[in-house]
Amino acid sequence: MSKEKDIVLKLKDVQVYFPVQAGIFKRTVAHVKAVDGVNLNIYRGEVLGLAGESGCGKTTLGKAILRLVEPTAGEIIYNSTEKEETELRGLSKKAMDPFRKKLQIIFQDPHSSLNPAFTIFGSLEEPLKKYGVKKRSKRREIIGDLLEAVNMRREYMDRYPHEFSGGQRQRIGIARALCIEPEVIICDEAVSALDVSIQAQVLQLLMKLKKEKNLTYLFITHDLSVTEYICDRIAVMYLGRLVELCKSEELYANTLHPYTEALLSAIPVADLDKKTKRIILEGDVPSPVNPPSGCPFHPRCPKAKDICKSKVPPLKRYSINGNDHYASCHLIDLPEAV
Amino acid sequence: MKKSSLDKKFDKIRFLEENNKLVSKDQNRLISKFLHNKLAVLGLIIFSIILLATIFAPLISPYDPIRIDLRSMRQPPSLLHWFGTDSTGRDVFSRVLYGGRVSIFVGLGSALMSALIGLAIGCYAGYRGGWVDVIALRISEVFMSFPQIILVLLLVSITGQSLTNLFVIFILTGWGGMYRLSRARMLSLREEEYVQALQSFGISTFSICYKHMLPNALGPIMVMITLSTAMFILTEAGLSFLGLGVPLNIPTWGNILNVAQDIVILQNYWWMWAPVGLTISVFVLSVNFIGDGLRDSTDPSQQG
Amino acid sequence: MSIQKDIALSVKNLKTYFYTNNRCNKAVNGVSFEIKKGKTLCIVGESGCGKSVTAATIMQLLPTLSRIEEGEIIFYKGDEKINIEKLPRNGKEMRNIRGSDIAMIFQDPMTALNPVYTVGFQIGENLKYHTDLNKKEIREKTISLLRDMGIPLPEKRVDEYPHSYSGGMRQRAMIAMAMACNPKILIADEPTTALDVTIQAQIFELMAKLKKDYDTAIMLITHDMGVVAELADNVAVMYMGNIVESGSVGDVLRRPTHPYTKALLDSVPVLGRGKDQNIQPIKGSTPDPYDRPIGCQFAPRCNWADHSCELMPEISNVTSTHEVRCHKYKEIFQY
Repeated sequence: MSKEKDIVLKLKDVQVYFPVQAGIFKRTVAHVKAVDGVNLNIYRGEVLGLAGESGCGKTTLGKAILRLVEPTAGEIIYNSTEKEETELRGLSKKAMDPFRKKLQIIFQDPHSSLNPAFTIFGSLEEPLKKYGVKKRSKRREIIGDLLEAVNMRREYMDRYPHEFSGGQRQRIGIARALCIEPEVIICDEAVSALDVSIQAQVLQLLMKLKKEKNLTYLFITHDLSVTEYICDRIAVMYLGRLVELCKSEELYANTLHPYTEALLSAIPVADLDKKTKRIILEGDVPSPVNPPSGCPFHPRCPKAKDICKSKVPPLKRYSINGNDHYASCHLIDLPEAV
Repeated sequence: MKKSSLDKKFDKIRFLEENNKLVSKDQNRLISKFLHNKLAVLGLIIFSIILLATIFAPLISPYDPIRIDLRSMRQPPSLLHWFGTDSTGRDVFSRVLYGGRVSIFVGLGSALMSALIGLAIGCYAGYRGGWVDVIALRISEVFMSFPQIILVLLLVSITGQSLTNLFVIFILTGWGGMYRLSRARMLSLREEEYVQALQSFGISTFSICYKHMLPNALGPIMVMITLSTAMFILTEAGLSFLGLGVPLNIPTWGNILNVAQDIVILQNYWWMWAPVGLTISVFVLSVNFIGDGLRDSTDPSQQG
Repeated sequence: MSIQKDIALSVKNLKTYFYTNNRCNKAVNGVSFEIKKGKTLCIVGESGCGKSVTAATIMQLLPTLSRIEEGEIIFYKGDEKINIEKLPRNGKEMRNIRGSDIAMIFQDPMTALNPVYTVGFQIGENLKYHTDLNKKEIREKTISLLRDMGIPLPEKRVDEYPHSYSGGMRQRAMIAMAMACNPKILIADEPTTALDVTIQAQIFELMAKLKKDYDTAIMLITHDMGVVAELADNVAVMYMGNIVESGSVGDVLRRPTHPYTKALLDSVPVLGRGKDQNIQPIKGSTPDPYDRPIGCQFAPRCNWADHSCELMPEISNVTSTHEVRCHKYKEIFQY
């Protein structure tokens, strides 16, 4: 029995469906099943990678945790260090506020993540004002400290976003996420839109801040080379479901799910000596409006059998090298861990 | 190959750049772009001249615009009366100046009020959606489908002619356009990440929509205000000319034109209607130029 | 000294300057390379280095407020030598070259196709303008092109609109359009950046096939060193308007000599190297193009720079195929 580690967020059967409306009377004819039953525990202090391609639901899941998008079913339970567990769904706006302090998000696009009409100070002081920092001088002090923590000068707070480069704006976005001292930060493709050399700077900054401030990250990305480097555990999603979840090294060393295998083999590697045999998947990523029956991956899976077409594979727990390794595939030939 | 004028311009810029003579000034791009547009600047100058003239009317013209002087009826333009006099001996120039005050006030005032109402409703409705938006949309459609003339006739027949009535009608028919414009801007701004960041902090809807998003929606609204002003002034002129607008005892550009309904005056006494007509055209044209200039300078896709 | 027969396009000391906002931006400032027949040249660099501008210059698709200052772009067509920089931008000759001799595919497949015309119509237009085929022949060729590029059920797909195609399929349709007239040179500007990794892999396969089946010379622009390792035969690394290092893919990836190339390779996490790989971000940031450093553009961020770098370095030959633009390359090579 593994030691019961401190879980900060529990996601139970989270579903996010968007209605598709048609006709004059806007009847709901179908649902976009963006997130289709995800069970996930996030441990305090870890960097959990959430990886997958477009349409897999990773960004929607990240936003659902913060209730920027409302989950249609399931539970999102937050376990703060002071209080007990609280279900976030169903909380009123006011009751959500203390949790908004704990859960923050860093966005992808540095060009739209800051309000062009406000100075940096104007944008960053808003949450500080809301959460009780009444004196303007105190706010200026806090924002100055935050900017220094992300390796920028204090004076930059009086400038406008258009005066900064993409990398700098992303750092300001990080400063904003930190301003009310969160515990968990959702990094939604936080480095994807940056130049490669700047990505490294921002990744190192994120790791430094995590150590200093005891943060937990949910690192959403499509780039599995980056997750290998900074994540403790990685969860792979496909068409709204979790297909694999395990420790970072195990994902690369002992891949269980055929989709993860194909995904890893498809990544172009900047090393001429490491040419792996590429598994080419046929066809395109299917649409979440009409997910296939049974296992969502079966139409493209090179190993698909009959059972895969009819039955949805449950997420099962295995034990590899002493670590928990979850995967949802009928064809895994390993004993389930008790 | 012969060097085109563009080539020569490039050569000059390159020479200056290589000798470190060029520095990007950190000025407001909006203003600098606007000032580069010659027509817009011309429009701004003409607009300012006419506006200032109407404001300082008492200083410029010595005559009382409504004072009747039966001894100098229908005088052609002279040094005494720059635009001549009308059928009751009133100085036309003074009337044009004072009339401008009312016309511009009606035009600009209605445009500003419609913008205020349109923005207030549009921002909230565009951001929140839901039943507020649907109801506001339907109401605005009702108002926008009324031709102004019918409404004016209706109101005039019930309550008689008045300046206030005109205001009310312009605002009722004008707010719809502003509402739709601000709503459209809000729909696109709603997806911006900084808005989601504010939501993630739990900032109130009111604050997000009016404090944070509204400043970004102002660009097209400003353009629409200028163009609406022009349109309202023209409409007022038309209505007053027909005798449906402002009553004749208060001079406006429109009801000064009213005299041109009489064929005798139209043919023989051109100074009573031509200068005022020209003033209206020139003023409206200048406002349109300003509006175009503003639109071009707030449009991010135009190359510098 | 390369034999003329091998070369499809030769660029010599190309300079393209932009004149927006009444300033002069030296976006491409003296760039030379060759594209060989049947081979892929990858131009690698980050945003602002001038790689896309180079491609646009070759196709003469530059915006109005810019021009080719100096240099030559020589297109070797059969036995002819055509100087592209001398042709008027929208003249008949240039328009004949574009699409049939030199074709280009772009980054964003979502916006590269016109939404109001069918895919078949758009590909057919290219054929109509550059060949003498009649309507029936054009349709047949279009269907066979779509099939060649891996689009299933091409007879049906040819009459559909772009919105019913997925991202990967749109990119294939764009490649089909570009390959319609069997161009000698295909310029691909970040063709897979906007696509998912598994779809990227499909497109890489397709491009390898094009090289083999059609003997097309490919100029591939990218910022991803992984793509370079996958597809390139030759590489040119660009920074702030200059090529800082060039050579075969083995030369540049195995023995990077320029500090920027080395730094770029060191700053990217590589799949398979595990958690303990040593990632070194490049210090500083790309300079403002209007406020450039004097001499070598990379000097302020370079670990080996000294005051000799205030003079722009010339091109040195590390080997006969491997060139670098650095004063210090001998020290770095030993390193």
